[in-house]
Amino acid sequence: MKTKMLGLAAVSTMLTPIAAAAETEVQFWHAFTGRLGELVAAQVDAFNASQSDYTVVQSHKGNYSETLNAGIAAFRAQEQPHILMVFEVGTATMMAAQGAVRPVHEVMAESGATFDPDAYIGSVKGYYTTTDGDMLSLPFNSSTPVLWVNRDAFKAAGVDPDMDLSTWENVGTALDALKAGGEDCPLVTAWQSWIHLENFSAYHNVPFASQDNGFAGLDTELMLNGPAQVAHLSAMQDWAKDGKFIYTGRRNEGGANFRSGECALFTESSAGYAGIKAEAEFDFEVRPLPYWKAVADEPQNTIIGGASLWVMAGHEAEEYKGVGEFLAFLSSSDVQAQWHQDTGYLPITAAAGDATRAAGFYDENPGTDIAVIQMTAKQPTANSKGLRLGSFDQIRGIIDEELEAIWSGDKTAQAAMDSAKSRGDALLRRFESANR
Amino acid sequence: MEKRVLFKGWLLPLVLIAPQVLISAVFFFYPAAQAIWQSLFIPDPFGLSSKFVGLGNFEFLLSDPFYRASFVTTAVFSLLVTLCSMIPALFLAVIADRLIKGSGVYRTMLIWPYAVAPAVAGVLWLFMFNTRVGVISWYLGHLGYDWNHVLNGGEAMGLVVVASAWGRISYNFLFFFAALQSVPRSVIEAAAIDGAHFWRRFFGIVLPLITPTAFFLLVVNVVYAFFETFGVIHTITGGGPQQSTTILVYKVFSDGFVGQDLGSSSAQSVILLVVVGLLTVVQFKYVEKRVHY
Repeated sequence: MKTKMLGLAAVSTMLTPIAAAAETEVQFWHAFTGRLGELVAAQVDAFNASQSDYTVVQSHKGNYSETLNAGIAAFRAQEQPHILMVFEVGTATMMAAQGAVRPVHEVMAESGATFDPDAYIGSVKGYYTTTDGDMLSLPFNSSTPVLWVNRDAFKAAGVDPDMDLSTWENVGTALDALKAGGEDCPLVTAWQSWIHLENFSAYHNVPFASQDNGFAGLDTELMLNGPAQVAHLSAMQDWAKDGKFIYTGRRNEGGANFRSGECALFTESSAGYAGIKAEAEFDFEVRPLPYWKAVADEPQNTIIGGASLWVMAGHEAEEYKGVGEFLAFLSSSDVQAQWHQDTGYLPITAAAGDATRAAGFYDENPGTDIAVIQMTAKQPTANSKGLRLGSFDQIRGIIDEELEAIWSGDKTAQAAMDSAKSRGDALLRRFESANR
Repeated sequence: MEKRVLFKGWLLPLVLIAPQVLISAVFFFYPAAQAIWQSLFIPDPFGLSSKFVGLGNFEFLLSDPFYRASFVTTAVFSLLVTLCSMIPALFLAVIADRLIKGSGVYRTMLIWPYAVAPAVAGVLWLFMFNTRVGVISWYLGHLGYDWNHVLNGGEAMGLVVVASAWGRISYNFLFFFAALQSVPRSVIEAAAIDGAHFWRRFFGIVLPLITPTAFFLLVVNVVYAFFETFGVIHTITGGGPQQSTTILVYKVFSDGFVGQDLGSSSAQSVILLVVVGLLTVVQFKYVEKRVHY
């Protein structure tokens, strides 16, 4: 048996180069390593095995920023890949690069592959769709922030872990009780700007920036210094001062604190699921992201983070057919459902969510559907469709700096957000003048 | 009286300097010229279009109070890195110079940190001072000091200075050690016979004799602090908290390679080029006067 397998392997190795020569190659650059990298490779292999006309070649190009840079540098050298993974923050940069990218809806229409824009979940695809409803890039990995609860820490501090944590008012009460019960780290967060400003604004249906958060035009201005945002950050500042909210860094540093069991509450992406499940040696639970009852009667939807796949310009029509086939394959509900269950990322089509539910996955893994519900319970509004701001990576850096000034008590929430607005607006004007 | 060696003809000298000129042209003049040219435009990242703005990029930068503040940050950072890497290096070199046995081992051990890349050094120090699992922050916590470089700008600056200076101590040590070895023993011995104690001999004879080396190291270390430390800052603080560790070169990197703002990034490189140029002129004009060759 073993010899036969080896023989087969040898034959297939000899055949592959010949077969590959006849097939059209499609280059796919992505930013995934580790487990996620393996899962992407598996998707690509499955696609290559499923048909014989095209070969997708996947390569890892570093983290999100590095992958985007690699794609840009390659485009300048006219060696761009067909498909480039770009994180959500780079969306406006890619959109503005007309001539460098080809809209996905156009590629799909030309390739003749199955493509139904309505099959995709509105709040996921909305981020990557024009105001006219044309899909520009294919959502790939999307997640949304949720509240992670360390039930053991609640019990240790003498607080009921089943208490209602759906509002920040209640979370405030819980933080008081946790602190009084001797908990040293009641609350940590990851990705502070994404969760406590960008998602906060969408969730409370208040604008983060003018012009429909940048969807309606480049002449957008930040509106993150509104009363709702300032009230939230002021509350967070008070919690930080009393040692109820512990600041650990700009990225997801807080994850280590939570996974080690040190912290009671953690606001983090739903995609933190795999890591927390693997490492946490305590009883944990996922809850919806809290909202302020004083600001909104009920929460709107949250927005996504993650990346989408952009099709780059400058290739042969035949190759774009292959791109279309591959993107259609990725969107198929089996592939999506598997991806959703393996990674904790959201399914991009409603069908994939339904398939996951039907398979009993949510019953076996309670809380994994909270992110999906949070995203899909309401029809997105102009404030909760997503964000489309130029130079957004730098603006996030500015927001991080100003938030640090709040946590350390150097500035009031209002002063810090006013400063973030004026500094961010200067970058938005620059981006506008570069892309007019 | 300067010595001059005269070559006959011009072909040989030209051939002799050609490799250096060529390398400078390819790796310095050409990129510098490109940076100056690009600093006059706001290009889009993909190079599809480019808008001429004249000195607009410079105006945008210099009207930004946070960019101006980054000059002060850079000055403080460079001064501290230079001092923290030169003084301990000199001290260690003086001690090593007095060793009779085992100086080879001592020397080798001291040189090791130089082999560690800045970014890796950054990660090492970050681990030791990590607010949660760091060994040193844990001890500090026991002593009643709450170490938190994530929010405390002064502590963050201290940490990046130490991490940047650490590997540099080895490099400086090597040069100081070689310089000390070349100080004539007879002069020191004569002073000793005259009754000068160790520190008197050090400040009166040794230090003046090694000033050329010290001056060279000063220039090299300032350039190092300006240009090569962004790996450390990138791994430890990312320029934060707030902007307390955003030095000029880190901003060039983050605006250009993270923010895709190539116009502003080029303008910043040009400003940095001018600053370092001026600094070197000042060093050669004023500090060098105190150097005895």
